[in-house]
Amino acid sequence: MSLATASTQPPRGRRRPRPADVAGLGRAGAGVFMAPALALIGLFLIFPALWTIYLGMTDYRLTGLAAADPQFVGLDNYTAVLGDAGFWRSLRLTLVFVLLSGVVGQTLLGFSVAWGLRRLRPWAKSVVETLVLAAWVVPTSVGAFLWLALLDRRDGTLNRILDTPGTAWLIEYPMASIVIFNIWVGTAFSMLLFSSALGAVPPSQLESARMAGASTWQQLRDVVLPNIRGHILTNTLLITLWTFNTFTPYLLTAGGPSGRSEILPVYIYRTAIPGGQLGVGAAISLLMLLINLVIALGYMRLGRERRRR
Amino acid sequence: MTVAPAAGRRTARKFVVRVLFVLAMVVVGFFFALPLAWLVTQPFDATPTMTVSWPDWTLENFSVLAENPYALRSIGNSLVLGLGTIAVVVTLGSLAAYALSRVRVPGRDGLLYALLLLSSVVTGTAAMVPLFQLMVATGLINTQTGVVLALSGGVLPTVIFILKDFMDSIPKSYEESARLYGARPGQILRHVVVPIARPGLAFVAVWALVQVWGNFLLPYILLRSPEAQPAAVIMYTFYTESGQADLSLISAFSLVFSVPVILMYFLVNRRYGFRFHGGIKS
Amino acid sequence: MAAITTNALVKEYPGGVRGVDGVDVTIAHGEFFALLGPSGCGKTTLLRSIAGLEAITEGTLHIGDRDVTHAEPGERGVAMVFQDYALFPHMDVADNIAYPLKIRKVRRDTRREKAVSVAEGLALGGLSERRPAQLSGGQQQRVALARAVATEPEVLLLDEPLSNLDARLRLEARTFLKELQRDLGVTTVFVTHDQAEALALADRIAVMRSGRLQQIGTPQEIFQRPVNTFVASFIGSTPMNLVESEVRDGAVRVGEGSAPLPDGVTPADGSAVVWGARPEYLRWSPEPVAHAIPAEVSVIENLGAATLVTVLSGDTRLQLVVPEEQAPVPGDRGWVEASARRSLLFDPETTERM
Repeated sequence: MSLATASTQPPRGRRRPRPADVAGLGRAGAGVFMAPALALIGLFLIFPALWTIYLGMTDYRLTGLAAADPQFVGLDNYTAVLGDAGFWRSLRLTLVFVLLSGVVGQTLLGFSVAWGLRRLRPWAKSVVETLVLAAWVVPTSVGAFLWLALLDRRDGTLNRILDTPGTAWLIEYPMASIVIFNIWVGTAFSMLLFSSALGAVPPSQLESARMAGASTWQQLRDVVLPNIRGHILTNTLLITLWTFNTFTPYLLTAGGPSGRSEILPVYIYRTAIPGGQLGVGAAISLLMLLINLVIALGYMRLGRERRRR
Repeated sequence: MTVAPAAGRRTARKFVVRVLFVLAMVVVGFFFALPLAWLVTQPFDATPTMTVSWPDWTLENFSVLAENPYALRSIGNSLVLGLGTIAVVVTLGSLAAYALSRVRVPGRDGLLYALLLLSSVVTGTAAMVPLFQLMVATGLINTQTGVVLALSGGVLPTVIFILKDFMDSIPKSYEESARLYGARPGQILRHVVVPIARPGLAFVAVWALVQVWGNFLLPYILLRSPEAQPAAVIMYTFYTESGQADLSLISAFSLVFSVPVILMYFLVNRRYGFRFHGGIKS
Repeated sequence: MAAITTNALVKEYPGGVRGVDGVDVTIAHGEFFALLGPSGCGKTTLLRSIAGLEAITEGTLHIGDRDVTHAEPGERGVAMVFQDYALFPHMDVADNIAYPLKIRKVRRDTRREKAVSVAEGLALGGLSERRPAQLSGGQQQRVALARAVATEPEVLLLDEPLSNLDARLRLEARTFLKELQRDLGVTTVFVTHDQAEALALADRIAVMRSGRLQQIGTPQEIFQRPVNTFVASFIGSTPMNLVESEVRDGAVRVGEGSAPLPDGVTPADGSAVVWGARPEYLRWSPEPVAHAIPAEVSVIENLGAATLVTVLSGDTRLQLVVPEEQAPVPGDRGWVEASARRSLLFDPETTERM
């Protein structure tokens, strides 16, 4: 028995696992160490989430009488929101956005690029990887502007290339524009995740399949996909949440024209700040939080089931 | 001696497949490169336009940038927010991560996953209204401190997760010897753990900076005065609020704003590789 | 018609490194053939080249009378068992075994039946529904074997088949493997770095070093008549004594004594040679013997029914295996007797046997 364990933990039962508390922190010390971080998280993450519940039930506004003296209105905000066609449209647009841009776009493209990269020469691999990553790393305001420039009606490069002068892509195809923009921004994450997942597939299993005569597609189906199922799940979960919550399309279309690309984050913002209805905004925020939670728990449930099998 | 019969046909098909594959990769590369092409050409063009074109080489645009008081100050603000967040997140994060790594806190794993889940669910978007309210109520509205704290709160759970993972892999023998020499936990952390954990801390610092550098929403709603706005927001106002966008300014500004994160990303990637921590275990 | 023939086979990697450097091997039908050598000698590369997992740079490979130098792995009639068995974790045992049949589009019920019967033939009865993770190491190996033989291949390749098993299991598995190969009669090539394994299992062995063949022969031939000092020292559980000496008066001067010249070798007097004799073939005599090497016992190591005795004769260190009844103790003085039939001489420059 070493000195290091002498003073910290009291002997516990027959089998003593090798203590990890080598610095002698102890439970109390650990508490002190964790306190500031937990306090910050509690204040700026948990508390707002909880306060949303309260705020959503007031008629709080940004200016005017209700700003100084908010009244409790119970579930009025929620009934208003759930009865508002604008909300349902926004929700529908958001789901389409998440499905097309996130689940289909980023995941498929990210996987395909990761799979394809493995068969490229090193220099080509570097180039493609760098380009995909640069799209992700570039600050979002800049990225948005790059697409504004690309899609510009008069001088946009896309119109030059496709020889379709005068097409205002952002006005005529707002959803398509933000979906493709979001794919451009987000694919890097999936690509990196799948790259590392693919690298972890035991080469001997792939070679076994090859020896059995399996084609590339059969190897993908029988060896690769089953091996990375967990990663696919995690990736889709994160992409879904991030895409659902992303505010960046606002920079491209500001939800327009006339709300045709007003996904939920933009809808909340416009209700709450330019629209000044903080209480209503909070109510929608809570709905959004709940949807996020449901998505996250749903995926976790899927993950646990898969593990049990 | 017979040669395998379908060899000729097979090689031809393999060739076609390979050509198609290369073509697909080129298209993908092009898709990602095209918007970026603007960023590397127009800042150097004497008459920048929205179109990507071979530049009429000049550095004029950068002097236009330098003369704009808001632009440079906003980059300074971005730096302030970034460094502030790093300071908060690395300090608090490493303390918490160390405690979680070394001490058997009850419900530790549950806590970590709950925190991670929380930070994905309670995003800036979903919490923007109460955050706004919170800042107003605490008088932190329109202050950079408020923004730093809000940003830190969002980033901290992931940071703790990454750092804990990292610290788990640091051999405990270093701390044990320090303890035998009589060092207290705080000293052990400072003298032994932090120096060894430096690569992990550096990674986390850069990661946090990259997250914060481009963050638009939080400063947008929590800061009202343009003097305090970071580049992410100022950039946006340049191309929306000024009527006719001044492309000389915007192009140069975009480049100057982007270069630090791009550089940092590649630096970290070269040294540590962008590993994926944080919930990537299923 | 040989089962496998390679002709000047070369595998060169980008950068010029040659994993296999001009190898000619002919393996007979139904033979149990070993590729033996230290790490990096090219044995695994050669195996993988036969499998089709490594592209052959130069030379040709024929299986039967078909030129398969550039054929796809699935078209060579070759099956392989990998060192880590490579069982698909998400499929049960029967599906794993049936996988090659599935690729060949055999009907589901037919292939599952076949898989179950192959499994029973390899003592895996009743385990068909289990997942690989639920099997022991030995069982996993047999599933991998089953999967390989389910398609009745022309050639079976084994990459270090026993190295993943713990020592206790290894001997059992060795016997099992030999029986299986004999029953199936399939040409088998296996790779190993363990010379005892090669000697025990193989009909013929190819010893490799740095991508080149050193010697091909039966275990007997390799053991008794190694072609150079590398093979001589690589083979044998106890290393062969290799002593730099010279020929004097029709005998070899070793240590402070002499050993007889090996049968059939007549080097010139005064020539420098490397004398080789296996510890198992040297005798220890406490009484003086003519034409022997006087020595003093330095260390003894108990081998069970025998003892490994290390002796010093002047500056020369020799080792011999002595039956337990005759075991000396450290400090004893005696004579080491070599036999002309079992000694070898090697050229000191070319390292080849004379």
